[in-house]
Order: sequence, then structure tokens, then C-alpha cells
Amino acid sequence: MGNIEIKDLSDNKYKYGFTTQVQTHIIERGLTEDTVRLISEKKGEPEWLLDLRLKAFRYWLDMPMPQWAHLNIPPIDFQSISYYADPTVSKNNSPKSLDEIDPEVMKTFDKLGIPLEERLALSGGVAVDAVMDSVSVKTTFQQTLKEKGIIFSSIGEAVKNHPDLVREYLGSVVNYRDNFYAALNTAVFSDGSFVYIPKGVRCPMELSTYFRINAAGTGQFERTLIVADDDSYVSYLEGCTAPQRDENQLHAAIVEIVVKDRAEVKYSTVQNWYPGDEQGRGGVYNFVTKRGLCAGEHSKLSWTQVETGSAITWKYPSCVLRGDYSQGEFYSVALTNNYQQADTGTKMIHIGKETKSTIISKGISAGHSQNSYRGLVRVGKNAQGARNYSQCDSLLLGSDCGAHTFPYMDIQNDTAVVEHEATTSKISEDQLFYCNQRGISPEQAVGLIVNGYAKEVLNKLPMEFAVEAQRLLSVSLENSVG
Amino acid sequence: MLKIDNLHASVGDKEILKGLSLEVGEGQVHAIMGPNGSGKSTLSNVLVGHPGYTVTEGTVTFKGKNLLEMPAENRSHEGLFMSFQYPVEIPGVSMMNFMRTAINEKRKYLGLEPIAPADFLKLVKEKREIVKLDNKFMNRSVNQGFSGGEKKRNEIFQMAMLEPSLSILDETDSGLDIDALRIVAEGVNTLKNPQSSVIVITHYQRLLDYIKPDIVHVLYNGRIIKTAGPELALELEERGYDWVIEEFEGKK
Repeated sequence: MGNIEIKDLSDNKYKYGFTTQVQTHIIERGLTEDTVRLISEKKGEPEWLLDLRLKAFRYWLDMPMPQWAHLNIPPIDFQSISYYADPTVSKNNSPKSLDEIDPEVMKTFDKLGIPLEERLALSGGVAVDAVMDSVSVKTTFQQTLKEKGIIFSSIGEAVKNHPDLVREYLGSVVNYRDNFYAALNTAVFSDGSFVYIPKGVRCPMELSTYFRINAAGTGQFERTLIVADDDSYVSYLEGCTAPQRDENQLHAAIVEIVVKDRAEVKYSTVQNWYPGDEQGRGGVYNFVTKRGLCAGEHSKLSWTQVETGSAITWKYPSCVLRGDYSQGEFYSVALTNNYQQADTGTKMIHIGKETKSTIISKGISAGHSQNSYRGLVRVGKNAQGARNYSQCDSLLLGSDCGAHTFPYMDIQNDTAVVEHEATTSKISEDQLFYCNQRGISPEQAVGLIVNGYAKEVLNKLPMEFAVEAQRLLSVSLENSVG
Repeated sequence: MLKIDNLHASVGDKEILKGLSLEVGEGQVHAIMGPNGSGKSTLSNVLVGHPGYTVTEGTVTFKGKNLLEMPAENRSHEGLFMSFQYPVEIPGVSMMNFMRTAINEKRKYLGLEPIAPADFLKLVKEKREIVKLDNKFMNRSVNQGFSGGEKKRNEIFQMAMLEPSLSILDETDSGLDIDALRIVAEGVNTLKNPQSSVIVITHYQRLLDYIKPDIVHVLYNGRIIKTAGPELALELEERGYDWVIEEFEGKK
């Protein structure tokens, strides 16, 4: 890149790195059967759920950590982490009104730009489930949604209020035996969100969950379950941030989605966990299993993700296309800078007839980071007429970073049409200089060019999210050129 | 406006400009002509601060300020513009977004608030009409899917938007048919005013039929070897460069 050299991020540009001083009940570090029982007890769970947790825990004990990803993962001491932290402890469990929430917690979400007030003008028409550490602090617009028969609550609340629904679907898409982190999550999961959209209902507002890690020495293990019944529609958003610390924090989540006949779910994520500093110190280890089952005919599931945070990202939002004519989509922008590592992509499993999937992945690597796309397109024997289109682009800023592509295909039906395109490019000096001559500084020019490169994916995000994502892409690259 | 004194510049180890001096006054149009390899493009690139060129000696002042100390974007903010010979494409970045960013960066530099959206749209409409650039180009990515002529018109459009005090037209006529050339030249003429100056860098006389220079220079081997009035351009068209070079070598 000639005279354009990559420099280290000299200063903290992560504007969510603050810590909230709030009385938090944190259970002792370590993970044993007793820990699992304690979490279940704290959440007042029924027997069947404790049994599921224990089965998962025992299974996990014998599992090795997966090594196949293109990631250099330092050893993780699972006994040195606390698995449950409750910042609402000074109040009653899971407060229901804003007055009952610790003002410090309120201030935190305020500072993060997450409205916990139920005024449409303030909230922008988005209902929020706000989760801090292991506990859902507040879920907004529950009553409004209930009038349409929509259930939107923390998963803990759903276990109490809708045990049959939760029991029917929890683990139906991601079994605890699926992988190491899925087993761990099933054993120790705390709050996340539960969504049920009844038959024929189009959810009138965007639903969202905001995950915030606050307490030190803890991990966050959230669990989200979305069920869209026949002919329903919902757009769901997920955001997350964490304080800036020198220690690494573990985040291992499961998101399961069930989409029935002719229903459609759009799931958008802006992942902005603390990425670590310019030397690679600290940052969140993000091991996530996200999967949706297009169970019904003509069902549709669309994943959109903008990944800018975390020291390590291991994440493959996937679609199991079981219903005939069902459709799966994956749109991803993954940006890594400094010493961040990301191994992310998707799996599209075509089982039903005439199923369709689209994969658009845009990787951006800067600094000393490593950025991998890993994807699987599988077409089963009976998936007559299945179609897939995959496009995986990589953009490199500088010469110390890496971009890698691992596309796998497993095609068992001759009628399938599967296309794959891949490109790798660098920002050219000519492009940068053209911007400079027009008065746009090198840093801003990189932001502009990167956002242009990612536009196809950013366009899939709801408006408010797209603006935030654009800003994040620029900020995450600040000082990456000099 | 612009004062260049004894400028030496190189690309890598190779010295291209070897003691170039030039002065451009307010409201003047200067043409710089010369054979291939004489240093014309190097001169324009050095002036706008392209990182691929190194200045080894000499000074350049622009409106009383030391130009060579400024990063490229500040040179732009101070009122220096270059119409590129080969405008680059920037996929995914719309002309609208690009121009709004450029204008607001300049305004920030000048201590002004960002331009109001309605004012911006009005400005775009007004300036586009100067070079007859259809509105559809504004929503396209920068220079992507533009023909050669459209790219050059787009350069002049950007010039109009940024209202520079000194514009350098680097081989703007190359690859243009006569109609496109006329539109571009008319655009430049419309934008001319007593406070702004233009440097036209060209190989051929034909652009100068439309943009009338006040002063014509011949650049050869990294130096200005002859300066005269507009009649020089016509003479060069007729007789070529050899006689000027011989005259210069003879004097040495």
C-alpha cells in the first residue's frame, strides 16, 4: 500500500468500555454440578429444566474444546469464571417497573442508547429486553404486544409463565450435544429472550435484546428462543457491549429459531463486545451457536450480522431448510483490527424440495488480525431443485493481517444449483488519494470505502441499526491508516 | 495565488522535476504544455500532495501558506483542486454521499456547520447543470459505470461543488470526443471568476481553443523552458516542441 502504513490503535476508541458501579450478587467462581443446581434454584426452575441442565453438564465434562477453527485460543480455565451475576439483587427479583430498577442500571442503558421507557417517540418503535450480566432487567412493550397474542419476555420469565411452549422448543434446534459450547450453555444458561408470534400475526414493532456484560470475572451465557407460528412475521435485533478490561471474558450463547409454514423471521445482530486493546490484551471470547429451523413450507429465515467486537469470534448462524420451498439467508460483515480473530460464517442445510439459500459475506481485516469465513452448503438427497448462491469477499488493510475462506459443499442431489464466488482485494492507494484530494482525510476515506464495500449487507439492516453499524465500521478502523 | 520556486521532486530514485519555478496570479489561466515524460503529471501530483512523490528541494506557497507542509486534504480545504486524468471508481460509495462528506469536511476545516440537506440538494442540482450531468449519476457509486466523458464531466462537477481557488486540469482532454470536450470546457469557463485561477495541463492545443489561456508554458525535462502568451500554443501546435527545446539547449 505504498506510503499508507498501518499503525496501532493508539487510544481507546471503544466508547462502551465503562463499568457500572452497582451492587451485584456474584456466585462463587467454578463449575460443578452444584453450580448448575444453584443457577437453576436461583431462577426457580421446574425439575425438567434442571434435568436438562444436568444432562448437558455431564455430557460437557467429557467433551474436548473444538480445535478446528482458524483461531489461536489461549487455554480457558472454566473453573476461574463465575457463572451467575445478578445486578438487580438489591431490589426484588426481576423488577417490573422502572422505579424498581437501580438508577445506576437505568443510567447504563441510557448511556448505551437503549430506551427502557415505553414511549414510542423515545423508543423508535422498538421493544427491548435489556439483559445485564445474568439477569433481564426490563422488557418493554410487553403489554402492547400481548394484545396481539405476542409473547416477548426474558427466557426465565417464559419458563415460569409459558412452560409448555418453552419445553416444546428449547433445544429442538440446537441440542446440547451439538457442540462443546452448546453443552456448556445448556448447563449454565441465564437470561436471554423468548419470543412467540402466534399464527397469522405480523409483529407491529421490532423486537430486540440488548446484552450487557458488567461484572468482572464472570461469563455471560444467554439463551434466546424465537418461535414464529404459521403465517407470522417478526424482525428481531440483537446488540451487545462490555466494559474494557485486561482480563478476557467468556460469552457463550445459543439462539434457536423455529419458523413455521409461510412465516418469516429476520434476525439482525450488531456485535460489539469489547475487542481488546491494541496489544491484544483483554476482550470478550465470543462462542455462539445460532441456528434456525425453517420447519414449515415457504418459511423464510434471514440472518444479518455486523461483527466488529470481541477478541475471538466463533459463530455460524445457520439455517436448516426442512420445509419445502423454504429460504435461508446469511448476510455478514465481519471486521477485525489489532489482534482480533474471527472465524465466522454459516451453514445452509437443504433438506426440503425447492429450497433456496443466499450467502453474502464481507470480511475486513486490519492490523494484525485474522479473519476467516467458514461456510457449509449441504444439499440432501431429497432436496430436489435446491439452489444456493454464495459470495465471499475479503478486504485487506495492510500486510500484517490475514483473510481466509473455507467454503465446504456437500451436494447429494443432482438437480441442485450451487454457485460460489470469492474475491480478495485491498483498498488502493489511488482510491484513498482521490478522496484525500477532495478533502476527505485518510481515516475518513477508509471508513467511507469500507462502508461502501459492506453496503450490500448494511442495506439489509433496519434503518437505526444500519446507521449505528456504519459508524461502528468507521470507528473500529480509526488509526488503522496513517 | 501560487508561487513555485526551484522545485525538485522525484519518484523513487528518479528525479523528475529539476528546479521548476512558476507563478500563477489571481484570475489567471495558465497552460502547461510539453512532450511526454517532461514532468507535467508529476507537477500536478506534487502540488496536490500525492504520497508517491517526494519533494527534495524548493518551495511552494499557496495563498501565502507553505503548501508542501499540508496534508493533501488540507490543500483541498485551502482551495486546491485537481481534475484527475484517470478518475478512480469507489464501489458502494454514492456520489451524493461522497460529495456531502467532501463538502462537510471542508466546512469543518473552515469552522462551519455541516451543510443543511436541502441546501446540499439545491447546490447539487445547480452544479450538475453546469456540466449537464444527469441526476441518475448522483445515486451511482463514484465513477462506477460512467463513460470516459461522464467521468471527466463528473470531475468538473466536483470542481464546481468545491469552488476551489486554484484548479489543475490534468490532461482533462485525453480520451474526450469533441462534444464532451466542449461541455467540459464550457463548464470550466462558467466557473471562472476574477478570484480563481486555472492551470491547464495538456499535450494538445485543442482544449485551449475552448479554455483560453493567459499564459502558456513549455515544460521540458523537469523545468519550464519557455513562457509566452496564448499565441505560443498555436505555434507549438504547428511546429511541435523541437524548436523550443533547441532554442533552450542553445542558450545553455
